[in-house]
Amino acid sequence: MSRYRFLDGAGLLFLAVVLSMAVLIPASNLLLPPDSALHVPDYLVPLLGKYLAFAMLALALDLVWGYCGILSLGHGAFFALGGYAMGMYLMRQIGSRGVYGNPILPDFMVFLNWQELPWFWLGFDHFWFATMMAVAVPGLLAFCFGWLAFRSRVTGVYLSIITQAMTFALMLAFFRNDMGFGGNNGLTDFKEILSFSVQAQSTRAALFAATALALAGSYLLCRWVVTSKLGKVVVAIRDAESRTRFLGYRVENYKLTVFTLSAMLAGVAGALYVPQVGIINPSEFTPANSIEAVIWVAVGGRGTLVGAALGAFAVNAGKTWFTGVLPSLWLFALGGLFVATTLLIPKGIVGAASDLLGIRRKSDLPAGPSALASGAPAEPTPAE
Amino acid sequence: MPFTFIVSKALRFVLTLAFLVFGAIAASPARADAVDDALAGFTTDKYDDTDKAIQGVILSGAAMGGAIFDALGAGRLVFDPQSKTVLYKDASGALKLAKTGEPAPAELAGKPLKTVRLNNRLRRAVEAASGAFELRSPDRAKRIGAAKAIFKTREPTALPSIEAALAAESDPKVKEILTQARAAIVVGKADAPEADRAAAAATVAAVGDADALAALTNLPADSPPAVSAAAAAGVAAIERWQSVANVVQNLVYGLSLGSVLLLAAIGLAITFGVMGVINMAHGEMVMIGAYATFLTQAFIADHVPALNHASLVIAIPVAFLVAGGVGVLIERTVIRFLYGRPLETLLATWGVSLILQQLVRTLFGPSNREVSTPEWLQGSVEILGVSLTWNRIAIILFALAVFAALQLLLRRTSLGLQVRAVTQNRRMAGSMGIRTARVDALTFGLGSGVAGIAGVALSQIDNVSPNLGQSYIIDSFLVVVFGGVGNLYGTLVGAMSIGVANKLLEPWAGAVLGKIVLLVAIILFIQKRPRGLFALKGRAVEA
Repeated sequence: MSRYRFLDGAGLLFLAVVLSMAVLIPASNLLLPPDSALHVPDYLVPLLGKYLAFAMLALALDLVWGYCGILSLGHGAFFALGGYAMGMYLMRQIGSRGVYGNPILPDFMVFLNWQELPWFWLGFDHFWFATMMAVAVPGLLAFCFGWLAFRSRVTGVYLSIITQAMTFALMLAFFRNDMGFGGNNGLTDFKEILSFSVQAQSTRAALFAATALALAGSYLLCRWVVTSKLGKVVVAIRDAESRTRFLGYRVENYKLTVFTLSAMLAGVAGALYVPQVGIINPSEFTPANSIEAVIWVAVGGRGTLVGAALGAFAVNAGKTWFTGVLPSLWLFALGGLFVATTLLIPKGIVGAASDLLGIRRKSDLPAGPSALASGAPAEPTPAE
Repeated sequence: MPFTFIVSKALRFVLTLAFLVFGAIAASPARADAVDDALAGFTTDKYDDTDKAIQGVILSGAAMGGAIFDALGAGRLVFDPQSKTVLYKDASGALKLAKTGEPAPAELAGKPLKTVRLNNRLRRAVEAASGAFELRSPDRAKRIGAAKAIFKTREPTALPSIEAALAAESDPKVKEILTQARAAIVVGKADAPEADRAAAAATVAAVGDADALAALTNLPADSPPAVSAAAAAGVAAIERWQSVANVVQNLVYGLSLGSVLLLAAIGLAITFGVMGVINMAHGEMVMIGAYATFLTQAFIADHVPALNHASLVIAIPVAFLVAGGVGVLIERTVIRFLYGRPLETLLATWGVSLILQQLVRTLFGPSNREVSTPEWLQGSVEILGVSLTWNRIAIILFALAVFAALQLLLRRTSLGLQVRAVTQNRRMAGSMGIRTARVDALTFGLGSGVAGIAGVALSQIDNVSPNLGQSYIIDSFLVVVFGGVGNLYGTLVGAMSIGVANKLLEPWAGAVLGKIVLLVAIILFIQKRPRGLFALKGRAVEA
């Protein structure tokens, strides 16, 4: 235990940055006059908030991929499910202000001629219930999925492919109108959250601060997991699954715990994402989205947590810039990023930077790139 | 009760008309004066006279009867009120004499001609008359068409003309259809002998299509028990046959979908299954193959139009070389640095796929490109009551041919032997003097080239757009994983069973839900057998 500090230098720096963002950005946006040089413009607050939500998703993904070697290509599904739970709450809050003015049914249900609220929409008029569901539904799905997959020892690429099939199946399902989640259009036109207008600048600033705090909290949680005994076993599974099993650990239980926890974090991230962007629709389930989330982690650096969040922030900022300035080049840039990262900096920015600085930080978990890369047991290397 | 009156009058009229046809057949050849008399009825501009004229024309067996009734029905039958000459305009508008069909004399053309008017009653009469005329048309196809039409409508008043035509008919095929048409009428005819009706029910049931089913299910409620029983037996037989035909149809459609999946997945079975490389850009190889087809067709159309009909065949090697070349390039520049790191290969090739998509979008634009289907692949054929388009059949055969060729290549050539050796034990193969790096590049090129060939086939049934590959990549991976990695037979069985299962689920659950059910089923299946249907056994699994 003594080898791993709960918080290292990079972690403290990260926390300091995130927490000061949580305070300074809303303060500057609300308090400073618009012509001040330090004023954060209105459009930037939800945009940065969106990046922070993505950073949380990246943290969740890093926990399973970087530390447990499970490359999930379906984390976008957990994110979207959390988003839908929040979206359902926001839909119910619209009340009779919808186009059809029905106090109970959301517009799309009136449009489809539904007479009453389906059972799975019950309870979503309460904020606490929706929040609970945003955590519970992705968690439950991940638990069932993982329970089946890990027990039958589906590993590596096979697991990646079936997680991809899972999010693909969910996407097809949510596109159906009769599912009761708004079909193609998804959920949108939100009015207020906890009786505050979602359009108001103060609400947006508050949502930003909440997201930043949630990101800091998730980081602490992830950090606590990876520095605990659980985390050590999980890393052992990543590096040599069979050996860990032969040592007597129930590998599937450890994997299941981490996978479920990670899905819940992704769900929270989705729930924070939706009120800031104002819409959730089935395209969030597209497999391409999940793979894009993986590249954030890869760019920032797997198994570093800080790097994952950094990668999500950097890649999305780049995306915003590119799609604004050179839209036709964005896919070239993203594709090139995938290739260049895997070929040139397999450890990501943070990994490469710490290598460059020559710092052997004690809190860094030792791992070679090949072991990091595959979920399959690495070839035994004699006498280290 | 004017309505009942009109109906009964119309019925009586049609009946007489039918008997007249009977008589007309017996009375042919046409008597010239009778034709003149009959035609005169059209020139009085009175409905009743027109009615008589129609009967007269049938009775006279006028040579131009078919043309006259066609013209009358279409409002092209005209007459000159002064000379009382009846003329008709043919479909092209040329004016002709109704009696002989010769072009009208010039002096008539300039005169004010009047059109023979029709009311609804007469319109029905004209229809029945032209149907009756068709039954004795010298054109065999027209007779068959008329008899089939009667089988469909089961118009009781057509019975006399059917029987007359049956007596005069000598062609066995036409005779058979006439017999069926007669049976379809007789089975529902209340005043026909019971035994005849029961026999007719059996005849109708033997036809076995939807019209026969309608004829047997729409019997009057007061039919005698023998007839009802015969009809019920017929209905049961037809429905049994139709459910079999439905299953056969779904099976064939499923095999067709399965062969599309097989084509899309078989290249992946080589790169992923044999080499263990996760090639997310595989779909883009298919897309490149489809665009190569498009370019080949355009080139041939511009430069050697004589080869137009063969352009699709020529596109096969072109697509193989282009996609294979791109594959070798990707292997040499990206993938070879990532062997043994499957998850990173996945990410890098995903990046490659994004770049290739955007590249094609930049070069060719985002919209669909038109790839033409050669004439010899157009049209369809009906087998066992299932209609199949030729290009679907061609894809099934083509997929099997590609599969067989690949098997031969892997089993019978030295390259195949080297590929298998490297697959089973890379280090040992290397020690035996096999240049593993070269084998890797060639194998990857082969897999990509086969994907390109799949693109040629898919260009015939799908849109050639930059997103073509994306729609196949997940399905392809599932096929390979489901069938079992490292085994081409597994891919064959996997593709066909997924295709057939998809088509069998569709009528039951709908297209989208069926697909979801299938995805969930495959996910659950992989839990049960993590290495697929045909898993490699032994140490190779852990490598």
